[in-house]
Amino acid sequence: MNVTTAGARLVGRPRYGDRALAVATGAAVVTILSMLVVVLFDVVRGGATKLSWEFLTTSPREGMTAGGVLPAIVGTVSLTLLMTIAAVPAGVATAIYLTEYASRRSRLARLVRVCVANLAGVPSIVFGLFGLGFFISTVGRAIDRVAYDGEAVYGRPCLLWSSLTLAILTLPVVVVSTEEAILSVPRELREASLAVGATRLQTITYVVLPEALGGILTGTILAVSRGAGEVAPILFTGVAYYLPYLPTHLNDQFMNLGYHVYVLATQSPDVDRTKPLLYGTALVLLMLTLLLNLIAIAIRARSRRRSRAAA
Amino acid sequence: MRAVVAPPATSLTKDAGYKMRARDLTVRYGENTAIKDVTIDVHDKVVLALIGPSGCGKSTFLRSLNRMNDMVPGISVSGHVELDGEAVYGPGVDPVLVRRRVGMVFQRSNPFPKSIFENVAYGLRVAGLSGQSVVAERVERALRHAALWDEVKDRLQESGLGLSGGQQQRLCIARALAVEPEVLLMDEPASALDPIATAKIEDLISELRSELTIVIVTHNMQQAARVSQRTGFFYMGRLVEVGETSTIFTRPKQRETEDYITGRFG
Repeated sequence: MNVTTAGARLVGRPRYGDRALAVATGAAVVTILSMLVVVLFDVVRGGATKLSWEFLTTSPREGMTAGGVLPAIVGTVSLTLLMTIAAVPAGVATAIYLTEYASRRSRLARLVRVCVANLAGVPSIVFGLFGLGFFISTVGRAIDRVAYDGEAVYGRPCLLWSSLTLAILTLPVVVVSTEEAILSVPRELREASLAVGATRLQTITYVVLPEALGGILTGTILAVSRGAGEVAPILFTGVAYYLPYLPTHLNDQFMNLGYHVYVLATQSPDVDRTKPLLYGTALVLLMLTLLLNLIAIAIRARSRRRSRAAA
Repeated sequence: MRAVVAPPATSLTKDAGYKMRARDLTVRYGENTAIKDVTIDVHDKVVLALIGPSGCGKSTFLRSLNRMNDMVPGISVSGHVELDGEAVYGPGVDPVLVRRRVGMVFQRSNPFPKSIFENVAYGLRVAGLSGQSVVAERVERALRHAALWDEVKDRLQESGLGLSGGQQQRLCIARALAVEPEVLLMDEPASALDPIATAKIEDLISELRSELTIVIVTHNMQQAARVSQRTGFFYMGRLVEVGETSTIFTRPKQRETEDYITGRFG
């Protein structure tokens, strides 16, 4: 008898709140995952047949109803590389200043933080207009006046200004993720370094940055892959509808995968013939960003493994 | 690259047998006063233990001896600290040079995620010492000093983080000793270790005393009694009493000291 009574007391009323929350959060996960699956499935199904060596290595032909996307790939890759070269050093340096050198009460540091936060909230089309107004009309024209007798060499849309415009768009993410990576370096390691007579610079170079490197790279690559798919900032600053040649100079215009998708979808003279090309282009763009994300994941896994092996 | 500073010419402090002195040292964090008017002498080649309940300011005092507190935001230090007669907080004093002569070991062992060898060599490298044989020789000497050499000599290239807790702490001591400091500050160096590892650290302290001056913060009174020759008792940010360890533990002058060491509070 006793046993049954004791057992009965353990059975409580079901926790309906917990169950409801589990169902609701689970449903949210399923919804988001299924959207991702639908998008991926559609793009892959439509684009996979088009994907071929020829598609990746030739230029568009016959009014963009045939041929490949080579110029758009080259344009996207060079745009992304130049953007990275411009954004990452500036962003990492800013983060180092904010975390390591600026005092907690520094007005300048607070101003920089406010600017970075606001920069992150600016719509990307505004960056495009800014690039046109500042880089092309102001900086570019000034260069032309001084160096090229007013001939339009840099005072027009081109790869350089598009890259810099995108770099500004990417900058806040690089700054914030680098800051977080640096702040996650344990205070004990800095103190250990300082206590044996290392200077601040040595501590940053030999202890803080190597320890934060995994986090910095991960955040940076994610920022870059986000920037690589942006179209609005390059719309006025350098992207071209169609070019018969590949960009070779900083002041060349270029084609871009994201913009090419837009062009194929809206400007085609023959929708039926363009559709497979459109899918193929979207798939190539997806694969490029996916590749960058995979690299970021691999780096993160590696640095986690390292610190776990360490601990 | 700055050279490791040579000891200055003889000074009053040196002649009197004092390695470091603090006069009316007050440290504030913002509005809070962590230590107030601390005056104490650190005798040369003597182990000075600082005891007291948590939050009494003993660690703050320790960290102000080699300017490790400088990085803390909102801190203000007033009063006077000297090392061999030279003002530690004087104008133009480079805290980096202070720390090369006054090393520190922390409560939680904090090896770098580098090899055992590179952990110990770090202080030498940042001081500008190059030349593989010189560095290797000083790394070995430091590891022997820290009674760790025999345990790690065959795996110097393995990560320092793969060592046991006690070994890691001795690695940190070796790292501090490699730059050959004149004073070693130890902030509860054995509080996270098991009794056997603690005993090893305590033996080590007794051996190191012949070569350098040691100031150790501990909340373990038996430890203070075992390793130190002089003991200071901190309470509520003040230095209540300092003297020969045997005297402090048997015939303390202050009532608060007696209450603490007999376990009436703390």
